[in-house]
Amino acid sequence: MIKVEAVYWLIGILFIAWAFLIARDPSHPKRWGSSAFWGLLGLCFFFGTWVQAGQAPGWVLGIAVLVLVVLASTGLLGDGKARTTTGPEREKFAECFGNKLFIPALTLPVVTVILVLLAPVLKIGGAPLIDPANVTLVALGIAAIVAAVVALLILRPKNPLTPVFEGRRILESIGWAALLPQMLSTLGILFTKAGVGTAVGTLAKSVLPDGSLIAAVLVYCVGMFIFTALMGNAFAAFPIMTAAVGWPVLVQGFHGQPPIVFAIGMLAGFCGTLCTPMAANFNLVPSALLEMRNKYGVIKAQIPTAIPLLGANVALMYFLAF
Amino acid sequence: MLVLLGVLLVIVGFAIRLNPLIVVTVSGIVTALLGGLSPVQILDAFGTGFASSRSVTIFVIVLPVIGIIERFGLQEQAKRLISRLARLTVGRVLASYLFIRQITAAVGLNSIGGHAQTVRPLVFPMAEGAALRRYGTVPDSIKEKIKGHSAAADNVGVFFGEDVFVAVGSILLITTFVDTTYHLHLDPLQLAVWAIPTALCALLIHGFRLFRLDRKLDREIRELEAAEGINVVTAGEPA
Repeated sequence: MIKVEAVYWLIGILFIAWAFLIARDPSHPKRWGSSAFWGLLGLCFFFGTWVQAGQAPGWVLGIAVLVLVVLASTGLLGDGKARTTTGPEREKFAECFGNKLFIPALTLPVVTVILVLLAPVLKIGGAPLIDPANVTLVALGIAAIVAAVVALLILRPKNPLTPVFEGRRILESIGWAALLPQMLSTLGILFTKAGVGTAVGTLAKSVLPDGSLIAAVLVYCVGMFIFTALMGNAFAAFPIMTAAVGWPVLVQGFHGQPPIVFAIGMLAGFCGTLCTPMAANFNLVPSALLEMRNKYGVIKAQIPTAIPLLGANVALMYFLAF
Repeated sequence: MLVLLGVLLVIVGFAIRLNPLIVVTVSGIVTALLGGLSPVQILDAFGTGFASSRSVTIFVIVLPVIGIIERFGLQEQAKRLISRLARLTVGRVLASYLFIRQITAAVGLNSIGGHAQTVRPLVFPMAEGAALRRYGTVPDSIKEKIKGHSAAADNVGVFFGEDVFVAVGSILLITTFVDTTYHLHLDPLQLAVWAIPTALCALLIHGFRLFRLDRKLDREIRELEAAEGINVVTAGEPA
């Protein structure tokens, strides 16, 4: 049986391989810091298996995570700009391969969905091939390998390790931001442990009329919108509003279907991202890139979409989840 | 109530543009201290939090395949396809781009677009070119609007497309958080499927606005001409 931990180990192997490539690159401006960061991150993916199973102390991993944050935020991490093809070379390749370039990319979602659908009947010696507890993630891991093989078969690079080299290039261009989603997720868990959600929930209850479903849906969606606008991303807002309203009121109180409530709640937050200068990468960087006179011009173009879409999310959640 | 200071810390930290990793870590520690957790408990929470949210970083597993197709011209090919939109009006160029961006993000191809990759070099020049053909001249106020809408089409497309793909951070953040906190067992694919209705609404709402954009620009051009008392020859079809 293939478990989701195998997928995390594959990610761990990739991080360690990239750390190794960086360590062997003498032209890298932040060679050792970067190599240490990605290598340690890879080890954390392995060690996490035992922490998750309760067989290793969490605080050890906690220290490693703090070391990662220190490495990333003290400028010890840099982009080595791994060698790749030039613009003109790529133009030539694009002309040669054409739309075949999309095949490996499409392999990914197609194989994932097929494996998810086939999972209940895929068995080896009576045991399921894919761990039923995490079908989608395992399917995605397999699909990623299949897609890489398909890419090698179609594009036939000289070195079969090319996907690993090119993966390093993208990872290094993302840099420390690659760790941010996971840290925001951890922050959500910490917030909940410390009782932030309960505190916001107490505040929310004071404005929430008892027994009104539509009011509760509105508070959850608009709360996601406002917290996201304030913090610049929906990831940090989600645990707060979910612990305050989403889970206790909408799921436990009104018996809403969890996947619908949470998926649409997150998207209500995305409407907030469209309206806030706090989401600088999406809203301020492009106005600078396009040399706009009004740096809030992008937000101005987005607000008339964000508000009706927030309304649509409220309606969708109200009608679909209950 | 004191723990809400942690939220305030996140807001202030992001607002003064500190490194987000530092902001998140420090506000996590402060909030946990205010919530009465001991230092060892906090370290433990960081460790178990990291271990249980490893799925959020699963996007890393698709980097090798995206990397190799980029090496062989994925973005160049995408640009060649998008540049076929060049004969359309401003609104239609942007609506088509919105659609393409949303569909490709929904199958995990986030990286073929972006403000630096496609909006600045391709989408905005094409939209501006469309305006130039139609009006003969593009006043600054109109240019500014087209710029805003070019970037907006990219954002709306990618935000409300990517959530239909399972390996995206926001979906896995939801499953990680609710599975750890409430001991549910949600499947990422279920969440991705329920992102589709909102994705359609986003396409309809923003697409509708872009189709109306042409008429809005026509009207503004006429007003500008009237105000300046000159008559710029319209090069495109009459509105």
